[in-house]
Amino acid sequence: MTKVITTFFLCSIFFAGKLQAQSLLKDVEDSVPVTEKVSGAFKSTRVINAHSVEMLHRHNLDFRIMHRFGFISSGVKQLYGLDNASMRISFDYGLSDNTTIGFGRSTFRKELDLFIKTRIIQQSTGQKAIPFSLVIAAGGLVFTEESFAQVKPGFTDRSSYYVQLIAGRKFSSHFSFQLSPIIVHISAPVNIGDDKTIFAMGGGARFKVSKRMAITMDYHHPFGTFSSNNTDPLSVGVDIETGGHVFQLQFSNATGMNERAYITQTTGKFFKGDIRFGFNLSRIFKLGKNK
Amino acid sequence: MKSLITILLFLLSAVSALAQSKYFTKSGKISFFSRSSMENIEAVNNKVVSVLDIATGQLEFAILMKGFEFDRALMQEHFNEDYVESDKYPKAIFKGSVENSKAISLTTDNVATVKVNGTLTIHGVTNPITATAVITVKNTVVAASCSFTITLADYKIIVPAVVAEKINKKIAVVVTIPAYQVMAAK
Repeated sequence: MTKVITTFFLCSIFFAGKLQAQSLLKDVEDSVPVTEKVSGAFKSTRVINAHSVEMLHRHNLDFRIMHRFGFISSGVKQLYGLDNASMRISFDYGLSDNTTIGFGRSTFRKELDLFIKTRIIQQSTGQKAIPFSLVIAAGGLVFTEESFAQVKPGFTDRSSYYVQLIAGRKFSSHFSFQLSPIIVHISAPVNIGDDKTIFAMGGGARFKVSKRMAITMDYHHPFGTFSSNNTDPLSVGVDIETGGHVFQLQFSNATGMNERAYITQTTGKFFKGDIRFGFNLSRIFKLGKNK
Repeated sequence: MKSLITILLFLLSAVSALAQSKYFTKSGKISFFSRSSMENIEAVNNKVVSVLDIATGQLEFAILMKGFEFDRALMQEHFNEDYVESDKYPKAIFKGSVENSKAISLTTDNVATVKVNGTLTIHGVTNPITATAVITVKNTVVAASCSFTITLADYKIIVPAVVAEKINKKIAVVVTIPAYQVMAAK
């Protein structure tokens, strides 16, 4: 009997030891998932024309060159639009991981723009999961193009402002979507009779096709009274990322690349061939130390 | 019957002794380096979980890939998104053993150079690995350190041609456990 009991105990201890041995890490690892912030919903801080839900990291400088050629529908005489180009050059800087300021100049109406963008909520997973990110952007613009009107417009008449709210979610590593309602106020609209304050609803999406390539879409629909020539800005593009560069190639019906221009001054009919080929080039420079 | 009790007592004490031989940490450090003519890349993870059983020689490590901190935030983002795919493969795990661990004295201050064998899983790929580690016992505190090199291709971590000049194909890894804690017997 004694022998049986002894053997039994020996065996049980042996097996207990074995069982313990298989799960060394389980004894110490936390069972509660850690809260993790979700990043990289979009490759860049702009979907195409519109602000994306992504922010620049702290002390990062984003030098951006945006180009839009003429309408492809202009035919071979204009080399399908490549003879004309509209561009915007900008410098965006991350004051912190959640606040970015930026300055840009567009050739279209020789317009200057200044903006501040802040992330209020960041999407996260784990214990304190938040399903989406919320970003607010506000900016002021002033065009410096010479006016041939009898009464020269003053600074106020040349300026416009916008506030945009961006709510976005990275649904999976392949698909991200954002809604971007925007209010644009123009002191003196281009067409007399147009609303001075225009609300537009926007949407942007990204489909990641490979680790470094994604298909993007950017669309806004303005509400209000304005020239019947105006159309909804729609852009479809491809993002290509190589280290510190992001190349965004796109087809868009918008000429302007700042908020006032693409929301209130887009006239191309996308589905009738009034499409411009264009590209954005973004180069990120790291200034200063991270910590 | 008396002998049985004796045996049982002996075994129980042996079991508790076994439990006492287990050490763990949640604040170990693992850093890695990529040196190339174009750029030096360095990242550190200070939340390394490790368990060491001196009696059996069993040694395990687990780290969250997202816990690696880079000097450049953009690099960190690319590391997680494009290289190690942290959402898909959140952890790196080592499971192995320390050769001849019983020879290490836990009561006297000493420095022992030991051989560690096991398997390392990164990016969902498991490879066998051997390294030389140093286990230090000072004032009954057990510390450990180790360094080894891994080849990115072994773990199916692909470096695109455009940045191939900036990233070394072989990555130097340094593991430092400043102090293991005694695991409380359950």
